[in-house]
Amino acid sequence: MKSIVWPLLALLVILHHDFWFWNDPTLVVGWIPIGLLYHVGLSLVAAGFWLVAIKYAWPGYLDDDQAALSINGSSAGDSAEVQQP
Amino acid sequence: MTSLVIIGIYLSILLLLGLCAGRLFKGTSLDYMLASHSIGPFLLLMSLFGTTMTGFSMVGSSSASYRVGIGIYGLMASSSAILHPLCFFLIGLRLWSLGHRHGYSTQIEFFQDRLQSPRIGWALFPVVVGLVIPYVLVGIISAGAVFNGASLGLFETAFADYGHGIPPWLGSLVVCLVVLTYVFFGGMRGTAWANAFQTCVFMALGVISFFVLVKGIGGQEGFLESLKSASSAVDPAKLSREKMPHREYFAFLLIPFSIGMFPHIFQHWLTARNAAAFKLPIVAHPVFVTIVWAPCVLIGTWASADGVLPAGVNPNALLSYLVSAHSGEVLAGLLTAGILAAIMSSLDSQFLCLGTMFTKDILKRKTGTDEEDRRTVLLARTFVVAVVAVCYLLSLVVPGGVFNLGVWCFTGFSALFPLVAAALYWRGLTASGVYAGILVTAALWCYEFWQSGYGVDKHYEFLGIHPVVSIVAGSTIAMIAVSLVTKRPDETTLARFFPEHRSN
Repeated sequence: MKSIVWPLLALLVILHHDFWFWNDPTLVVGWIPIGLLYHVGLSLVAAGFWLVAIKYAWPGYLDDDQAALSINGSSAGDSAEVQQP
Repeated sequence: MTSLVIIGIYLSILLLLGLCAGRLFKGTSLDYMLASHSIGPFLLLMSLFGTTMTGFSMVGSSSASYRVGIGIYGLMASSSAILHPLCFFLIGLRLWSLGHRHGYSTQIEFFQDRLQSPRIGWALFPVVVGLVIPYVLVGIISAGAVFNGASLGLFETAFADYGHGIPPWLGSLVVCLVVLTYVFFGGMRGTAWANAFQTCVFMALGVISFFVLVKGIGGQEGFLESLKSASSAVDPAKLSREKMPHREYFAFLLIPFSIGMFPHIFQHWLTARNAAAFKLPIVAHPVFVTIVWAPCVLIGTWASADGVLPAGVNPNALLSYLVSAHSGEVLAGLLTAGILAAIMSSLDSQFLCLGTMFTKDILKRKTGTDEEDRRTVLLARTFVVAVVAVCYLLSLVVPGGVFNLGVWCFTGFSALFPLVAAALYWRGLTASGVYAGILVTAALWCYEFWQSGYGVDKHYEFLGIHPVVSIVAGSTIAMIAVSLVTKRPDETTLARFFPEHRSN
């Protein structure tokens, strides 16, 4: 799953350039321009994509870092104490 | 006058929030600048989103869609919905981890440490501050326009030069003083609380204003009929992207990357309590972008139809004018407060960030003893006051429209994005490479800004395309080329930033 996260992001970026609705002033259900509706939908799909990304591509080292900081009882300004795990 | 009273009450609530946050202040510089790394997911989401959404997002988006139509949403909003979370994910998380570990408060401290170059700040500081200032001016000028638009005709015997409304300079001054007060006393915690409150306010009132204006602009009995009436009256060219060049649209994909180098966003990232606090902002940001931008773009597009916006009304004051014209005074006041909330939720972070940068990067304040720490907080507060004063005075004399100022600022930060991305992901980056990237960015930005008539020429292109492309390309090429032929930091330093376990 992790391996398809970044190709999916590339697909979203490609879909962002929707030349197929470029000159289309059609009003869906009589009031919302189709180009706007498409991009609102794309934005919501992006939220779904990021939900998948944090589930399957979350950088694991961050949990290790958090644990290391907790063990050292440190928060900041302590580079001399906490440098290399 | 009712609307002004409501705005006054709203501003008083903000002051109260700042003062309450000030009571929780621990007296340390870490608490003043970074809220002691205590911000959880919800506050992080609200403060990041509130900071990202400026006067540009409400006032600028509606006035831009008034001019060019619905294409503005794809140009600025949906690209941000995809790419802002990418910056949070790839840049913010890693910077948070390093900042938490090594005790950074500013971007420049990170670059100095990463590149083993204490002097890198002398090149980066003026460029970053020089680019933040226009961004701040967008907010201050927008606030003045909003106050003026909401009070047109209220003062029959005064302010004749400003349509008998509150002069923009006075509105801007009030907003600056309110923001200054809660940032001064509340620091980052006050800023985060105020941002959360303001984000709730401007999102809720943005949606309410949409529903109110549908009836006002559409003019029909039923809601759906009003929607249809408002849309059908618009020039079809503005319901599509007929007049928007493909190359401009493509170039604008680079603009959202600017968030990766905003110094105030960097500071907000560092306030996170833990890495998991980033998950909610990453997922919810695109939804919030939609909630704020879609109504504003539709309202701006509808306002472009004949007869909706009277001649002589400044498009930057479009939202506040329409709200005043189509709703009662109470709602007009509330909705204007919502617009001000969007503007102020960015200004506060920018003021605090600039104060922090002057304190940490220029004076290089250390915080060893309690006494030193108290002095550092005092200095940071003094710099915040100075920054607000200078920015306000600049706002009175700066030329150009709000939208153009914003785009030029974003362009510059987008060009600096490759520097932070390379610093985090490329071991081969050198201090000389970063110097080259910064200098090329500054040189190209100044040249092209000058060529555009200081932002007045809204259609200025360099080599046939939007300036962001050439400036980003120039910065990236210079950074890579110089890095390849100069000496990288020693292995000990690199091991601190690229430990093997981070490859996953």
